Amino acid sequence: MWDYSETVKDHFFNPRNAKAVEDANGIGDIGSISCGDALRLTLKVNEETDIIEDAGFQTFGCGSAIASSSALTELIIGKTVAEAEKVTNQQIVDYLGGLPPEKMHCSVMGQEALEAAIANYKGIELAEDDHEEGKLICRCFAVDEGKISRAVQKHALTTIDEVINYTKAGGACTSCHEKIERVIDDVMVSTAAKKSACSGHTGQVLPGSTEPQKATPKEATAPTQVESTLSQNVLAILTNLRPFLQADGGDVSLVSVTEHLITVSLSGACTGCMMTDITIGWLQDQISEKLGMAIPVVNQDPISYEPQELKELSHLAHAG
Amino acid sequence: MKKIMKKIYLDNNATTKVDTMALEAMLPFFSEQFGNPSSIHSFGDKVGAQLKVARRRVADLIGALHDSEIIFTSCATESTTTAIYSALKVNATKKEIITTAVEHPATLEICEELAREGYKIHWLKVDNKGRLDLDEYKASLSENVALVSIMWANNETGTLFPVEEMAELAHQHGALFHCDGVQAIGKIPVDVQDTKIDMLSFSGHKMHAPKGIGALYVRRGVRYRPLLRGGHQERGRRAGTENSASIVAFGVAAEQAELHLITMSERVAVLRDKLEKGILEKVNHAFATGNPENRVPNTSNIAFEYVEGEGILMLLNEVGIAASSGSACTSGSLEPSHVMQAMNIPYTAAHGTIRFSLSRYTTERDIDRVIDVIPGIIERLRTFSPYWKDGKPAAVDSFTPGFS
Repeated sequence: MWDYSETVKDHFFNPRNAKAVEDANGIGDIGSISCGDALRLTLKVNEETDIIEDAGFQTFGCGSAIASSSALTELIIGKTVAEAEKVTNQQIVDYLGGLPPEKMHCSVMGQEALEAAIANYKGIELAEDDHEEGKLICRCFAVDEGKISRAVQKHALTTIDEVINYTKAGGACTSCHEKIERVIDDVMVSTAAKKSACSGHTGQVLPGSTEPQKATPKEATAPTQVESTLSQNVLAILTNLRPFLQADGGDVSLVSVTEHLITVSLSGACTGCMMTDITIGWLQDQISEKLGMAIPVVNQDPISYEPQELKELSHLAHAG
Repeated sequence: MKKIMKKIYLDNNATTKVDTMALEAMLPFFSEQFGNPSSIHSFGDKVGAQLKVARRRVADLIGALHDSEIIFTSCATESTTTAIYSALKVNATKKEIITTAVEHPATLEICEELAREGYKIHWLKVDNKGRLDLDEYKASLSENVALVSIMWANNETGTLFPVEEMAELAHQHGALFHCDGVQAIGKIPVDVQDTKIDMLSFSGHKMHAPKGIGALYVRRGVRYRPLLRGGHQERGRRAGTENSASIVAFGVAAEQAELHLITMSERVAVLRDKLEKGILEKVNHAFATGNPENRVPNTSNIAFEYVEGEGILMLLNEVGIAASSGSACTSGSLEPSHVMQAMNIPYTAAHGTIRFSLSRYTTERDIDRVIDVIPGIIERLRTFSPYWKDGKPAAVDSFTPGFS
């Protein structure tokens, strides 16, 4: 069973204001039966004073959804509409003495029902949120694949932390982090494929991601998929490191990535004499640390590629 | 003061209490019988002899011909993982797997991972009663299929799959057949030697043995690759020092389970039917999910429409009754269980599914009390459900919320 606070249990077992308010003049319906949480908040607002004189909830949902709804009504009764508008989901959580991370969305639902009910009282139409696109990824904040994928694409996100900042997804119980990483990988691979199709690039710089790989029945496709993800990660790391080299008049580009070897091409001030080895050593340390695994890095003599291509490839891995 | 009441445990598909005889049998293996069964001296010797007895008992429960066909593992998840990876390794050129959409996550998530690695997975669908379409199965079988992995009984609904027939068909196409028998073994009679099942996973703690002990049956002659290497234990098929205390307890529990198979079919099934009938007579807008015509004797899964499962469980818990739910909220998910979704149970009902799973320790008095309290609990939750009004479902379009 969940680790519910005593207040949560109290509000579940003895819900306050579990009713539909008679002659309500503000109604907020929120949630969805498919997600297992739905809430109707009814408000009776005194139109002279703007004070919420009564509030009631009807909730289909788990213990914490019912407790959050109950807490919400207690928080807003007696407040003016302007005061109630400032109530946040965190206030509902605090009022309840905390919620398990997986149940945070219950408080969010409460706050959104309040928003909807106030809008309804004021006669404002709320724009409907985009929803239900693809698989649900973050169960805590109810964020689906579509939303994460769009955020990753739009803001060129490359890390879990960035995804959390932009979408909240992955910010609570952390169990979906593997899935979020997969979404990031998928977006990067598809963006890379698009880019290469546009520029007529053949995948020389990024084998495994820019060229569609055909798996023969005898050969599992596993290595190529692993490597395509890997090359995206390496490219992202390298892109972040380039400014340091550029500051010294040098540059680096990625030639190829396998699970056992990363080949780069140093140019400008980085080439020649012992500087090459020092730079390669530094790159290897940086890449290994960020990847969390050690892969040898070797330098290949500068190859011929168009500067424009490199620019495009580095853009898609831009860390924002 | 809270009234002291007897607690009623109807969540035996999750886990069971350890049989007292099994518990007694295992205790000496924490003290005087602490030896390593692999040792040559007398400390290890005696333990080894007891493991042999246990292995025979477990083999007998499933009707395995040879003791050596039983490999002890840490749990059924390990057994399933071992079986799937073994089958793929010995059939390295075949890149297809057949399984169902309603498997336990132990199978489901490995197959999802294998799909990402390039395997083609045939996910067999079920109808609204949780039944497979054997024609769909036959159509997906081919020489490219390395493994068919099918559960014997579904953990949520208890619905049985025709695994014996499916194993025959798999063999006709040269595929190996693994069966997840966790929810069937110890509940229905099984005679694995008369079937074409190559590998069978099952678990101790679902049949009154302790947690942390499972078994994998591998038919003699079936090619096999271990998951855990690095020791000669279990004839080199599962390295790691044996969990001797639990293996001994598993042996006793398996023997008891075999003796009580008749209890399951003659008494537990009767109580389960009484429970289901009693509830459905008293609560409207509720129905049994899965296939009541063909299921294990101890399970009843009832969908209560317009209410959410976690609330039901919390209120049941208040009166000392333990059950479980296919609802989303109990698992921290927002979507109802994949089993309910696969059966196309409407969302209004899927979130309110409650699984009652009985054991040979369940009494008629327990069942009477559950029948007694359920109607009040459902009514109470429905009074503040926005989908319910004046004792019946609210009009379809009276509540159509925006998404949060």
